[in-house]
Amino acid sequence: MRSAVKMISVLTIIGFISGAVLVLVYTYANPIIAKNRKKEMEKAIFRIFPEGKTYDKRTFGKDTVFNVKDKKGSLLGYAFLAKGNGYQGAIEIMAGIKSDLKTLAGIEILESQETPGLGQEIASDKFGSQFKGLEVAPEIIYVKNVEPSKPNEIQAITGATISSRAVVTILNEKIEVIKKDLGKLK
Amino acid sequence: MNNPSCAGCSKEFCKGLWRENPILVQVLGMCPTLAVTTKALFGFSMGMATLFVLVSSSFVISSIRKLIPPQVRIAAFTVIIATFVTAADYFLKANFYAISKELGPYVPLIVVNCIILGRQEAFAYKNSVLRSLVDAIGMGLGFSIMLVLLGSIRELLGFGTIFYFKILGNGFEHWVIMALPAGAFITLGFLVGFFNWVKMKWRRPLY
Repeated sequence: MRSAVKMISVLTIIGFISGAVLVLVYTYANPIIAKNRKKEMEKAIFRIFPEGKTYDKRTFGKDTVFNVKDKKGSLLGYAFLAKGNGYQGAIEIMAGIKSDLKTLAGIEILESQETPGLGQEIASDKFGSQFKGLEVAPEIIYVKNVEPSKPNEIQAITGATISSRAVVTILNEKIEVIKKDLGKLK
Repeated sequence: MNNPSCAGCSKEFCKGLWRENPILVQVLGMCPTLAVTTKALFGFSMGMATLFVLVSSSFVISSIRKLIPPQVRIAAFTVIIATFVTAADYFLKANFYAISKELGPYVPLIVVNCIILGRQEAFAYKNSVLRSLVDAIGMGLGFSIMLVLLGSIRELLGFGTIFYFKILGNGFEHWVIMALPAGAFITLGFLVGFFNWVKMKWRRPLY
């Protein structure tokens, strides 16, 4: 009986101290982590819209759209987060669409766990820059091993078709939603 | 190291580097070893995070070892280790955001790294604070050095760089397999083989 009491009390004390230590760590680190996340998002938005100076947030149900404006305050386009499954894990993309909702301004991969050296190339400039000025109507299409010939086509990465397709599908699905959300306003 | 409370400390320190190296000899902690060593920097960060967790938990556990009843020691070890792992994870996220994103779930997974629990069970629970610290530092460094070595070899052959410094020129065709899990197994196999060969050549334990 006495040993049971000792076991329980020792574990309880250790648990309490651990909890207290973690509360301290959490209060120190959490604001910094939130700031890092925000900074990363802002960096992605302004890389997609290099002339962008300010942005404001707008929510439609679950979706968030960032209205990006230049220094005179006129609307450049909309940035939005798109998330979906890749080859090995979730892919999170920040994408920008121009204010006419017809062409993309660009994309930035925020998070991905694709195969290094193959699928991870979706985060490279070579793949990403294909989305600059890409037409989104009727939808984005990927082609394999041939040069894209239509204004809504991109070339998939050799050896990483699944990752390339994932990016295209994630974008197409989200663009559909964003178009509807923004269309309601007009 | 003439302090009588730490007789043989240099031996405790060196065994982690060579004779009982966690990766080459004990073959423990293979999950981070194989998963995060695609680049030297990731291996280094993982090594440092593991070193921190190992040294801190060895310190705490060896100082309260007489208070922990043996029946619940594993539960107590796990809670203490998990606390330090969470602290390390938050510290990395706050100060080295990019690296922490690359390491992904492998920082929280240090909790289940058998090197750490293994050292607590085999050493810290039975030895003085000072000896446990020396043991933890040796084991942690031995682990880190091997991760950096593995990461450097894989980064050199898979991307042509080491710590992002370009070493092999543009004419070098990257060995994609080295960046994949198979490359980790192949490199690790060669490393273990090489070190065993060196050990046999010397025919005496190195410490």
